Amino acid sequence: MCEIRWHGRGGQGAVSSAKILATAAYLAGFSGVTSAPSFGAERRGAPVTASTRLASEPIRVFSQVETPDVVVVLDDSLLKSANATAGMKPGAWLIINSRLDPGEIGLNGDFQIATADATGAAEEAGLIVQGAPMVNTPMLGAIARATGLVSLDEVRAALEEAFPAKHARRNFEAARLTYERTKC
Amino acid sequence: MITEKKQRQGAKTSPKSRAKDEKPQSGNGRVAIITGNEAAAHAARLCRVQVVAAYPITPQSAVVENLSKFVESGELKAEFVTVESEHSALAVCIAASTVGARVFTATSANGLAYMCEQIHWAAGARLPIVMCCVNRAMAAPWNVLNDQQDSMSQRDAGWIQIHCRNNQEIFDTVVQAFKIAERVHVPVMVCYDGFLLSHTVMPVCLPRQEDVDRFLPPYTPHTLLDPADPRNLNQVTLADPRVNSEGVLCHGYMELRYLHQEALVGAREAIVAVDREFDQCFGRRWGGMVWGYRDEDADVCLVAAGSLTMEASTAVDMLRAEGIAAGVVGVRAYRPFPVEELIAALKKARLAVVFDKSLSYGYEGPICADLKAALFQSEAAPAVFGCIAGLGGRDVKARQLADAVRNALKQYDNGQRTAPPAWIDCRI
Amino acid sequence: MGTRDCKHESAMATPCSGEAGITGDWRSARPVVDQSKCLAVKAGRPACFQCWAFCPEGVIKKEVGSEVDLTYCKGCGICVEVCPADAITMVPETEESA
Repeated sequence: MCEIRWHGRGGQGAVSSAKILATAAYLAGFSGVTSAPSFGAERRGAPVTASTRLASEPIRVFSQVETPDVVVVLDDSLLKSANATAGMKPGAWLIINSRLDPGEIGLNGDFQIATADATGAAEEAGLIVQGAPMVNTPMLGAIARATGLVSLDEVRAALEEAFPAKHARRNFEAARLTYERTKC
Repeated sequence: MITEKKQRQGAKTSPKSRAKDEKPQSGNGRVAIITGNEAAAHAARLCRVQVVAAYPITPQSAVVENLSKFVESGELKAEFVTVESEHSALAVCIAASTVGARVFTATSANGLAYMCEQIHWAAGARLPIVMCCVNRAMAAPWNVLNDQQDSMSQRDAGWIQIHCRNNQEIFDTVVQAFKIAERVHVPVMVCYDGFLLSHTVMPVCLPRQEDVDRFLPPYTPHTLLDPADPRNLNQVTLADPRVNSEGVLCHGYMELRYLHQEALVGAREAIVAVDREFDQCFGRRWGGMVWGYRDEDADVCLVAAGSLTMEASTAVDMLRAEGIAAGVVGVRAYRPFPVEELIAALKKARLAVVFDKSLSYGYEGPICADLKAALFQSEAAPAVFGCIAGLGGRDVKARQLADAVRNALKQYDNGQRTAPPAWIDCRI
Repeated sequence: MGTRDCKHESAMATPCSGEAGITGDWRSARPVVDQSKCLAVKAGRPACFQCWAFCPEGVIKKEVGSEVDLTYCKGCGICVEVCPADAITMVPETEESA
């Protein structure tokens, strides 16, 4: 089983992209997928987490993810406040939305770091909602690139399940740009 | 990570590549990656419910939101009655069911408690209402997270109660519930864990409408009302039987209660039969009253209801790896209580460890207490140790369940047959 | 003596006079109508009918010169209270009717 923990802020769409990743992974052949929000009050701007689990058989674990294989950080300001690296398995991926290179992040541990400027990709693709670039779905591109758990084709198909065609296209364009620019 | 990459490669080489616009297929249905709440709403839609009356409450709200969308879009031809409270929601369902509509509602925790009077009424009136109880902790103090105190507190109201362990079972059980309810004329509460299932997406096969129609024919009410030939329903019915105006000796209150109990006990047969019929139509079955995981040769059985059984099955794998012959006995139907099934399932076990997500305050976990009472008539009853877990959304890990089993084994080895409930991860 | 033959699994009855039993014997006083004071009788046509409208047991017919059906009248006295012509009085059951 592969456990993915998402860190974002309320309103950034961590829960939605965690679900879309589950769909993409199902399309990629993982027959067991789950995705859940962290349970409790949801407040815009507050640090939130969500999770995605992928396995080759139906998943029998519903408790919170403790030892992630992949941590996705939608907002690098969360690296300080949200204890994003807690419990990471040895060799796990830490995938951060950041303009910096992995070496410039300033984190050391038994994990691999990937960075991608999802904010820039969202702006370039016109993925702007209420004046703010959406970084959640672009980060699916970074996950595909860094981990290979899903391919861009499956990300595209999952986005088409989640959104009307026009929005799916824009989300995918941002994910594709992020994929291309992921540094790992 | 390495093993995961291998897994992915394995998946890639399997004949899975699809055209990108092709929906994943399973049998004659469509697989959707959806939450438990969405699964429940889709089930109600495919059962062609005619009246929905519900009041939103966390974590149930998405059931109602989805159904109102289906009605708004015309996908579901039903009367969606907006109400000002859960009490009214069930009152509307009772009225609609009485005049012959197939009705559905859903609630959680304090909403269920607010319905309480109507819950008893629906059962006594023998109406085949299906209600999802998205299990949530009862206040005070206020808490929106999962445990099973809400539905357990209503266990004596005369409803059938069925617990689900994943989102597919939620979908399938709602569909089964209408058939069971309409067969035995008892309302069914489909219970599933708030957030853990209600808000977690997983693959769910949604069958085709025509297949659901074939499985579930339209509802025929047990009492057809006709304005030209009016009836008083559930009128004052005092202690003794009495002769009605047509000279027929009619039930008193106690006779009606006896029949209600007969129906609940007899529902056992319907629950098992409907699960089998469902399997014939859709190729899935859920065990009827109880189900097991690695329990055939188990001498230590973990007993629970709902999603906790999934964590328990993971704990069983851990215990097996260290040589303990553990298994899960999952309680699917809590009312009627599966007395004979549990006796049979635990016949070979020397120890049963029961995990309750609720408490009969002043006593112990309700499943544990009921199990002990059921085993009183068994000649091969195992020792029974109860545990209280996950109250108010406290996260429950498989390793904690395994620890609890090891502790119970120690007590058992010291000659104990039972003990007061152990509180898992209570940090007092 | 059993009740299985009634076939009903929930409580049910056909509404009719006396469906709740012979309730007339619950009465300690009975309403007696002085027809000469009744507004409908005096007008010689359907009128007033307050006693009919308010009777909780439905034992007064909507007719000119209606009498109370004493087989089922529980003797509540509401008709006496509502009659605008004071045409109805309660007479204790121990007294002979007028």
